[in-house]
Amino acid sequence: MNKVMSNKWMIAIYILPALILIGILIFIPLILTAYYGLMDWDGIGTMEFIGLENYINAVQDVKFWDSAWHSSLLAVFSTLSLGVYLAISMILASKIKGSDLLRKIYLIPMLLSSVAIAQLWIKVFNPQNGVLNQLLLAIGVETPPNWLSDPDIVLYAIFIPILWQYAGFYILIYYAALKNIPESLIEAARIDGATPIQIAYKIKLPLIKGVVKVTVVLAIVGSLKYFDLIYVMTGGGPNGASEVMASYMYKLAFSTNDFGYGSAIGFLLLIITLIVTVIVRKLTADEEELQY
Amino acid sequence: MSKKAVTLLVMFLTLGLFVAGCGDEETGSGDSGDGETVKFMHLWPEGSSAEHNRIVKDIIADFEEENDGVTIDLEVLSNEQYKDKLQVLSTSDELPDVGMTWAAGFMEPYVEGGKFASLDDIVEGDLEDTFVEGTTEAYSVDGTTYGLPLELNTANVFYNKTIFDEYGLEEPETYEEFQEVIQTLAENGETPIALGNKDRWTGSLWYMYFADRIAGPGALTEAIEGDGSFTSPELTQAAEEVQNLVDMDAFNSGFNGLSDEEAKSMFMNEQAAMYLIATWDLPNYTTNEDVPQEFRDSVGYFDFPTVEGEGDMDSYVGGPGVGLFVSENSEVKEEAKDFASFFVEQWGEKSVTEAGVIPASKVDPESLDLPDMYVEVLNDLNNASNITLFADVQMSSDAADVHLDQIQALFGNEITPEDFAEAHEEALSEEE
Repeated sequence: MNKVMSNKWMIAIYILPALILIGILIFIPLILTAYYGLMDWDGIGTMEFIGLENYINAVQDVKFWDSAWHSSLLAVFSTLSLGVYLAISMILASKIKGSDLLRKIYLIPMLLSSVAIAQLWIKVFNPQNGVLNQLLLAIGVETPPNWLSDPDIVLYAIFIPILWQYAGFYILIYYAALKNIPESLIEAARIDGATPIQIAYKIKLPLIKGVVKVTVVLAIVGSLKYFDLIYVMTGGGPNGASEVMASYMYKLAFSTNDFGYGSAIGFLLLIITLIVTVIVRKLTADEEELQY
Repeated sequence: MSKKAVTLLVMFLTLGLFVAGCGDEETGSGDSGDGETVKFMHLWPEGSSAEHNRIVKDIIADFEEENDGVTIDLEVLSNEQYKDKLQVLSTSDELPDVGMTWAAGFMEPYVEGGKFASLDDIVEGDLEDTFVEGTTEAYSVDGTTYGLPLELNTANVFYNKTIFDEYGLEEPETYEEFQEVIQTLAENGETPIALGNKDRWTGSLWYMYFADRIAGPGALTEAIEGDGSFTSPELTQAAEEVQNLVDMDAFNSGFNGLSDEEAKSMFMNEQAAMYLIATWDLPNYTTNEDVPQEFRDSVGYFDFPTVEGEGDMDSYVGGPGVGLFVSENSEVKEEAKDFASFFVEQWGEKSVTEAGVIPASKVDPESLDLPDMYVEVLNDLNNASNITLFADVQMSSDAADVHLDQIQALFGNEITPEDFAEAHEEALSEEE
């Protein structure tokens, strides 16, 4: 085996299939998207080169920045919710009764497809027949909100199912990480008189720091490019009140037939996500990697 | 030795098949006399549109019988796939000889790219006076017709007679009566009108009717084409009336977040008394066996009322569905045109009696065995003074998107009628 690996050409041959696939499926479309962004193109007729006009328009497009603001809000909320998930996982990992069952319950939303979740929550949010408003009426709220049609509320209403959808995923990751902490460490701390809260803060948290960092990046990047539930539940409406970057891109490219401009927005979305990822990694960078 | 022989044999056989395959194709087209094959693509697969599919098959069979030597090569795709494939075929210049297209905005890029053939000779020749007023215009670009309309839908207010009877209400003929109906219903805790404005074009229908009645039939089209203005007092008033209706609680709550499907189910479950929708929904209120008979019997419709004595109740908001195009680069253009015009002639009566489609060609309802509501609608169409094409279909896709978003904002009381008008003018002026 060592002999094979010492031959540079063999290494090249081994990584080639994966490289070609990634190249064809990811990098070439990416470059093409950036290229289409330079064109005035409706997706059917001939392309016309217009230089950076699409990108310049996008940077000045109020609707684009509105959608970017909505995406960032989602990123903030997803990151904050990680704290809650971490707390839940700590409780689950501390061998309470029924933790196995609870873990499975939290995981269920992850097993549903996005469209099914969207349909479910559309029903929940229905202003007249929905479970939520029926409940509010029953406990005496006279005019329950119109969750998906009030421009001031819709964005936050739609965040609820989005966060709910991914709760199980993060809880699962944290749970696995917490289970990896050697029991002896916690035992020792307990003998030294540490309270459960001290154990959580001073021992468990530092030990799973690496995992937490990864989830923060996942949550932020995932939020910035989020699309599914928004598209199905409101389509970005009413009047753009719940538009996020990805849904705005889709709308431009496919509903208004402005493929060039849509591509430009798509490429900007990639750039923004890249920049944010780098910043987040820098902020959470750590000189000394903890080991146990 | 024998192994080699077998391999050789297999090789030759494969080769033989290959050659024979090629040969067949050549003789295939050669066999049929003059040897003309017209490629035809449509979007009604057997599974989802059984009746449509069967009618098309019948028409093709009849055409082939009448025109010896011409064969129709058929390809069927479902709606979305059809759109995708048409786009791909068009970029490689391989459009079918005859195919289906949607009106105005959808076909414009194809016409500008020189992909569709002019059909003026058919519309002014063989098929003169065949189509309902205003339908071929939807398929015209700069005065030339590029499509033969097959379907036509007009919007009407459908209402639940049972609920109307309960409160002693009658079909309103003026806007004042209409408001009284709404008030009575709202005071009695009923939802007067079901509206699913998440889809946006649903709200646009209301605005369009107000525009039609207050500013006159041509006003909206003129404003879109730049000959008039959305800021005119009449069109601004139309937007204002929309907000008046919203303030009267005429619509179900949260309409901006509900889809048209959800609004429809409210109407069909008798949770709302009225519902403005186009005639593509007619089967639900007449022939569809999945809907309880009792409900179907209780549904009636009325034309949008006049407003302040103005407006013509024979003027409708509506639009054609799909139509036929002939490819500009077709090698058998003459045959393709013959087929398209034959198709339209046959389609009219067959489509309405067998598939419940309101055709864009004129038919005589009295001679056909149809549910009452169909007869009424067809009579309306034959007497129609004007059909204003759906605003979002008329506009280019960019402007349409602004229009639809503005509709949501208008209904949501986020903007004033003046803002609404300004936004339209701005979007339309960017076009030029």
